[in-house]
Amino acid sequence: MKALHRLGFAAAATAATASLFAAGTAEARDQIRIVGSSTVYPFASYVVEEFGATTQYPTPVIESTGSGGGLKLFCAGDGPDTPDITNASRPIKVSEYERCQDNGVQSISQAVIGSDGIVLANTADAQRFELTLEQITRAVAAEVPRNGKLVENPNKYWDDIDSSLPHNEILIYGPPTTSGTRDAFEELVMEAASEEMGYDGPYTKIRQDGAYVPAGENDNLIVQKLTRNEEALGIFGYSFLDQNRDRIQATPVNGVEPTTEAIAAGDYPIARSLYFYVKNGHAGKVPGLYEYVEMFLSERMIGDMGYLKDEGLIPLPAGRREEIRQAVLNKERLTRLEVKALNQ
Amino acid sequence: MAAPNLQAEKRIRQRYRRERRFKALCVGAILLSVLFLVFFFTDIIQRGYTAFYQAQIQVDVTYTERTVNLPPAAVDSEVRPFVSRGWLRQLPDHVEQDPGLMGQTVTRWVTADAPVGQYLKGKHSGLTEEQKATVDRLREAGRIELAFNSHFFTRGDSKMAEMAGIKSAVVGTILTLAVTMAVAFPIGVMSAVYLEEFATDNRFTRFIEVNINNLAAVPSILYGLLGLAIFINFMGVPRSSALAGGLTLALMTLPIIIITTRAALRAVPDSIREGAFGVGASRLQMVSHHVLPLSLPGILTGSIIGLAQAMGETAPLLLVGMMAFIPAAPEGVTDAATVLPAQVYTWASMPQRAFDELTAAGILVLLAVLLTLNATAVLLRKRFERRW
Repeated sequence: MKALHRLGFAAAATAATASLFAAGTAEARDQIRIVGSSTVYPFASYVVEEFGATTQYPTPVIESTGSGGGLKLFCAGDGPDTPDITNASRPIKVSEYERCQDNGVQSISQAVIGSDGIVLANTADAQRFELTLEQITRAVAAEVPRNGKLVENPNKYWDDIDSSLPHNEILIYGPPTTSGTRDAFEELVMEAASEEMGYDGPYTKIRQDGAYVPAGENDNLIVQKLTRNEEALGIFGYSFLDQNRDRIQATPVNGVEPTTEAIAAGDYPIARSLYFYVKNGHAGKVPGLYEYVEMFLSERMIGDMGYLKDEGLIPLPAGRREEIRQAVLNKERLTRLEVKALNQ
Repeated sequence: MAAPNLQAEKRIRQRYRRERRFKALCVGAILLSVLFLVFFFTDIIQRGYTAFYQAQIQVDVTYTERTVNLPPAAVDSEVRPFVSRGWLRQLPDHVEQDPGLMGQTVTRWVTADAPVGQYLKGKHSGLTEEQKATVDRLREAGRIELAFNSHFFTRGDSKMAEMAGIKSAVVGTILTLAVTMAVAFPIGVMSAVYLEEFATDNRFTRFIEVNINNLAAVPSILYGLLGLAIFINFMGVPRSSALAGGLTLALMTLPIIIITTRAALRAVPDSIREGAFGVGASRLQMVSHHVLPLSLPGILTGSIIGLAQAMGETAPLLLVGMMAFIPAAPEGVTDAATVLPAQVYTWASMPQRAFDELTAAGILVLLAVLLTLNATAVLLRKRFERRW
């Protein structure tokens, strides 16, 4: 017993001192730090892994924080304790850009890596849907225009919207309000359709009476729910459709199937661009930063036959890719005017 | 005389019935929880056990100047789509390690692409009919087989399911918990010893006591916010490191250790203390020679339970940046790291179907470790426990 207690004390004392010493060491960074969107995360971490495995630089550290969370960390300052790159599934907002400028992050470059389609799908066992943007909006909006004024959405079944649709209850599993996918859905579907539907302006309020179920950030969960409920429709990223073709089928929107080609050509209406932002001031301070950027923007990654295409990324047109590559590698500074134009 | 007897018998029968009903309800409650547990385990095991073996393919690998620069060219075009890209990527390393390979063609069993494994396991793979036929043919020829998945234990995270493993998460977990224990154990035990053995019972110590009990019930995410503010923003501990995570978890574990240690100290009867004083021991001698050694099993049990709780925690670690993609195991407490539950969470949100079984396998490993920890706690208690 005596030996035991001596041992215990000795161990505790050494451990406590050791941890104090460790806490005192300053941060010396030789790893690239990346934060940002959970949609871009699978693509970026693929590049991160490749970068770590095939170059002499250490593997960058990448965290999935969401687009907003990433830009918040990114714009917190220009020091070595802030991330070098942030991924985003939407362009930077003017307010975020200004926060960056205020905190000394003067020069940032914007890279577009490709597009991501947002698909609607239901279980492969049920009848396939075919919808238009207007029909989708009528199904998910909190209020719909009727006889010149907005009334609470009365549509309970799909055939309430259009008699050609099946007599199925409207039940849609989709992303929650915190998700970038939801922002994109609101903008690309509801805003786009509401202009011609008789709303006073762009309308993006989603109903909360149970017909639209926010199903969490995990798209796999939505896919599982679809396989269990034949009447349900789900909203999620294209890569999840691609991996689950045996159990779910995509809904053509405005008559266009969500295929890689249709999304790349811009025919499929619900597609958005994916971005990353890099601090030009960190070039030379963080080893390998531009080698990483170059690898990410290389044809081998985001090209027509690139690895990321297999992961579900939709490539940009070749000319645009070259343009972006030149701009980012030449450290072209993103201006306030450009940010404003992006958010229009 | 008969009437009151009848009434009494009726009452007794009623009481027995009530007792039986209550017993049945209790048994039902137990059955229900056992059922949940059985359902959970069978589901996880069923989904996870296939992750412990993976597809291998036998190929002729040609090492030349050209194939080192362009690894896919090193294997035959027939099998090329089935060989893991993660394996091909290592080709230059092979030559670096053994320059004698240059100019040779070697027949090797190599890791197959994840969809091949998915197909062999009877799951949806995304392979075309033609590719499936080729895989079937190669399998009959004995050139494709399912073998033990050693990558799962020897490699870190990867975006390629066939190359992904839990090693970096396991190492990260060990480092994080080591920091947690190194900080929380001495501070927790010393606080408890002071409160229990040295402090006088006054308003101040009672105030501290209430607060410690309260802290044990604070939602863990708040500790994450606290950790972010103190350790990362103020003290400059590197983000995502095991040190930052360990210190944050230490904050969370501290109240648990203090409370259990105090309970263990209180279980030591006062006669021991009085005996020590009686032979002239000082208070320090009384504590370090008698009370602490006697209560050590109880303290360790409590600490292990606190440790197990810290191990399953993800919310506070999310805030200090440990939900990260870590392909290589961290080498020290200041390196970027991730932990097992965070790894499971990351895999669960991957689109590729092969990650489904990896997620379940990760959960199995996590459960096994937790079970071991808790069993150790029980064993310690049983072995060293003393009744007074």
